Amino acid sequence: MQGQQTLSTLDPPARRFRAWMGRDALQGYLMLAPAVLWLVLLLGYPFVLAIWLSLTNKTVGNPGTFVGLNNFINQWNSEIFRRAFANTFILTGVTTVIKFVIGLALALLFNQQFIGRRFARAALLLPWIVPTVLSTMAFFWMFDSNLSAVNWVLRNLGLIQKNIPWLTDPTMAMVSIMIVNCWRGIPFFTITILAALQTVPKELYEAASIDGANPLHKLRRITLPMIFPILSVVIIVSVIGTFSDVQVVASLTGGGPQNSTHVLATLSYRVGLQSGQLGQGAAIAMYMFPFLFAMIAFELWNVRRSAR
Amino acid sequence: MTAAVQHLQGAALARQTRTVQRRRRLLRIFVIYIPVVLVLLIMLLPFYWMLVTSLKPYPEMFNLKISPFYPLNPTGEYYLELLNNTKFLLWFKNTLVVSAAATTISVVLSVLAGYSLSRLRFRGRTAISGIIFVSYLIPTTLLFIPMAEVAKQLQVINRLEALIIVYPTFLIPFCTWLLMGYFRTIPIDLEECALIDGANRVQALRFVTLPLAIPGVVTAIIFAFTLSWNEFIYGLVLVTGENQRTLPVGVLTRLVQGDLYFWGPLMAAALLGSLPVVLLFSFFVEQYVAGLTAGAMKG
Repeated sequence: MQGQQTLSTLDPPARRFRAWMGRDALQGYLMLAPAVLWLVLLLGYPFVLAIWLSLTNKTVGNPGTFVGLNNFINQWNSEIFRRAFANTFILTGVTTVIKFVIGLALALLFNQQFIGRRFARAALLLPWIVPTVLSTMAFFWMFDSNLSAVNWVLRNLGLIQKNIPWLTDPTMAMVSIMIVNCWRGIPFFTITILAALQTVPKELYEAASIDGANPLHKLRRITLPMIFPILSVVIIVSVIGTFSDVQVVASLTGGGPQNSTHVLATLSYRVGLQSGQLGQGAAIAMYMFPFLFAMIAFELWNVRRSAR
Repeated sequence: MTAAVQHLQGAALARQTRTVQRRRRLLRIFVIYIPVVLVLLIMLLPFYWMLVTSLKPYPEMFNLKISPFYPLNPTGEYYLELLNNTKFLLWFKNTLVVSAAATTISVVLSVLAGYSLSRLRFRGRTAISGIIFVSYLIPTTLLFIPMAEVAKQLQVINRLEALIIVYPTFLIPFCTWLLMGYFRTIPIDLEECALIDGANRVQALRFVTLPLAIPGVVTAIIFAFTLSWNEFIYGLVLVTGENQRTLPVGVLTRLVQGDLYFWGPLMAAALLGSLPVVLLFSFFVEQYVAGLTAGAMKG
């Protein structure tokens, strides 16, 4: 009411400008400003700086000059980088499939009626909420070369004769990283899928039962299509998280043995900050960007589509 | 059909139903209860392992002949060692200060931004909420090298202030997104009454909408606090003095030195360091799950 009165007293161009801006423009921008400024200064600016650094030969103590794509080319020719590059994709691909399949299975299980369900769901979520570095330390100790509790059990069950070299063999070290990543990520999948399952109308299942559908049919024809929009968000968030995660690798293997388990994030830290080659390190991190960009673009498209 | 036959048929039917029920109950034990228990055992094993190790004297820890799964002579010495000989309590306090400050800043800014984006009409609204969503998906590991440069430029490097100003960069996008979704679920009518009565937008938010949005705000607080408590890479990069360490970084850098691992104190630290978020979580499970699914459900 008040707004319209003020509008009518303004001359036409100003009125048109206000109409074009929207009726709450001033207050809207003012309330947004602190958050947006914070993000522009401390997310946007560092991002630009990251691109710039990746194009220079800056090191700790040397301001550096523009070197074009040299860092990117150098890294691509490095054995260790290519290993890390491949590891990042393998780790993301393999664990996402495992987390999705087990997460879905557990969601269907925990969706059943049973005594103590609330408690069970809460307990299941614990691996996701505790600090990753700290829980990874427990795995580190369980995978210890001589004193591994996992090996102790397997040996006493007679399943293995020799200790499994969990962290000292390159392949097993990758497997160990995947185990920890899945252990931590499965609850996220389970709980979010569980929430998604609640949105599926019960009538659909009843109708399908009358038509003689078996549980597998119902899963494929009703459950999965109905929860797909949410599922795709969950998968993207998990893929981005795994792709860029530094914590599990840094605290479980530190990239070892012989640099065989580095991912882009840990290698970027090793080269950029531990060796002080800031330009090279920034370039390694930048190698993550095209994939992340594709994921973000897909997700944005997905959100827009389901909002329509 | 006589009454007696009817009675007999009824009894047979009842017996049959009972057998079916019993069989179904047995089936449920096999397809539900046993898998649930197994899953929980596996998922919670690492926590049990932390606890056992933190109570087990070293001779038992290194004795391969005995079962590693329970301590024969439990000891509390690692906890004392952790509290007396390391800066664990200081790291704990640092993390608490940083998490509380970063959470406060992020939630306040996100309430304003989320309200503005969900309620007010102005040009560029959709574009800005899109940008905020995108920044939610930008991982911290992409930016830690330039972030160290920025912290140097702002002269906060090696101080807790560095973390307090940097953590909101990954908290604000998530909290704003979450609160936007929550504000949309609150009926707009009440607020319109207040506006007609001459309140401005900030007053409408402060006295009408915000009190109704408390559950959403609590969810945002819990999430922001947990994410800050668990943060690792910025804590590692932006502060390097042992006195400014956050808990995860302090534990990893101090209790793991080269090939030397202080297993007892390390596991005690892992357990104590997880305690705040576990406590917070156990009081607010519902809110936590809501936050976890917010991005997915309202996106």
